[in-house]
Amino acid sequence: MIALDPLLQDDLLWAPLLIVLLKVLVVFVVGLLATMLMVWFERKAIAGMQNRIGPNKAGPFGILQTLADGIKLFFKEDSFPSRADRFVFALAPFLSFVPAFLAFAIIPLGGDFRNGSSGEVTLFGQVTRIQLADPPIGVLFALAISSIAVYGIMLAGWSSGSKYPLLGSVRATAQMVSYEAALGLSLACVLLLSGTLSTSGIVSAQTTIVDWHIISTGIVPFFIFMIAATAELNRPPFDLVEAEQELVGGFNTEYSSIRFALFYLAEFMNTVTMSALIVTLFFGGPQPIAVGNFVLDIPLLPNALEGTVWLLAKILVFLYIYIWFRATLPRLRYDQLMDLGWKLLIPASLGWFMLLAAQRLARQNNWNIFVVTGSSIVVLLICYLLMQAAFARSARERETQGTMF
Amino acid sequence: MEFFVFVCAALMILLGAVGVIVRKHPVHAALSLVLTLFGVAVLFVAQEAHFLAAVQVIVYAGAIVVLFLFVIMLLGVDRVENLRTEPLTAQRPLAIIASLGLLGVLVAAIVNGNGVLNERGSGINLPDLQNGSDANTVQLAESIFSQYVVAFEVTSVLLVIAVVGTVLLTRKAKLGAK
Repeated sequence: MIALDPLLQDDLLWAPLLIVLLKVLVVFVVGLLATMLMVWFERKAIAGMQNRIGPNKAGPFGILQTLADGIKLFFKEDSFPSRADRFVFALAPFLSFVPAFLAFAIIPLGGDFRNGSSGEVTLFGQVTRIQLADPPIGVLFALAISSIAVYGIMLAGWSSGSKYPLLGSVRATAQMVSYEAALGLSLACVLLLSGTLSTSGIVSAQTTIVDWHIISTGIVPFFIFMIAATAELNRPPFDLVEAEQELVGGFNTEYSSIRFALFYLAEFMNTVTMSALIVTLFFGGPQPIAVGNFVLDIPLLPNALEGTVWLLAKILVFLYIYIWFRATLPRLRYDQLMDLGWKLLIPASLGWFMLLAAQRLARQNNWNIFVVTGSSIVVLLICYLLMQAAFARSARERETQGTMF
Repeated sequence: MEFFVFVCAALMILLGAVGVIVRKHPVHAALSLVLTLFGVAVLFVAQEAHFLAAVQVIVYAGAIVVLFLFVIMLLGVDRVENLRTEPLTAQRPLAIIASLGLLGVLVAAIVNGNGVLNERGSGINLPDLQNGSDANTVQLAESIFSQYVVAFEVTSVLLVIAVVGTVLLTRKAKLGAK
């Protein structure tokens, strides 16, 4: 058994194979198109916020601007810096680009998950899911892929053989590795409630709006996940990786032509994927908005297709939020970034996870849930005070003795 | 199919392992190590140990080798090392003896357990799982957090001690120099 998808459980036949190939093709093309539109959307939206017009020449509303830029980049000279490590330099863009597309494979892109339906559809006489892969490890796959994506940026900076890209990539690696912990811990809160790792299982657990994990996990894990995801994507306000004033262009300074385009594509593709992941984990993915028995149904559309419409609408909201962040928030300083990650987000997500686990244990053993929650909060508060005391002590020592490192 | 996957993964592992030793550049050696770790992850998937495969990639490829590379880049040791000079003269003969000994132990273990390798295990019997959650995860969690919870906690304490010790040692050195 490679996947939970019923399509792949019997013998290998032509029809399932063709459906899988079709899905791969669709996901790839949709991914590329989404990235193209995202670049345009970001430029247009930011231009609007800054009282500019933005791209308006290529196509209606400048929508083909990204295509034009892509073609331009294709025809530019592909240069190798003389001090570059040629093999690694050529490998790095692909290490960045391929994971960006792979992570998209586990997102449920549609299907009917209402009233405990499994989200399966019948396509050419075969029962399948509208999702490229549904591995048993589910969202862990996304984490694994995002930890591979670190290599692309890290090796790009190192192999350029120049100091600004190296500084940029060292920053990026430290940032991505530290925020991965907070990302994983806030994800664990969702997994604790859904009881499964599979993305389709997580989606089908969120039928009504009260079951959406943003509400059932108590909002905090969502905010931590959102912040950590932004840092993981190296997007503003966490884009010190490519701080132009300090680092010229960050890890991709020495890259040109199609190799640069691959990094650019990967960055925007990652933004789309991460928005889709947030929607899947916290906002019910392709589930419609439903309160109690009332379901906000789109008329005339079959439920499976409607899932795709809902998913797109929800993803668009998050893409807009990311653009909003970029237009609004100033970039963090490096020490602020590390403090936020290690001293706030990781302890907060760990504490919240413990609280949820205690509540779950209380429900299982029929303990008084208010007493358990209250005493957990007291314990967490004591931990918080101890931590603050430790920070205060170390700050005082730094004042008197200077930094040790 | 299984044989084909095994051959590909084994090739990856062996290529990576040879690369770690042969490549002169530390960064290339570290990348070869990633190749080996990926091969092992593929083998885990082939054995239907999906969770182990994911952890293999997240922890080993995603964190530990990244840390190796980080140290290599940060300390600037990314130059070809001179292998002629030997800080410890006894090191090389001792290393040869130790590796030969290890090879002997491994070969002896494989020869000894030859019969077991050809047998097919009965697999793990699990009660029916609801909504198709991964059997690996359930089984592992039950082992770690109920049966072997003391050993698990002691191991994590060991790791904390190692971290605190490292911080303390590096601080001491600076204090002495002051």
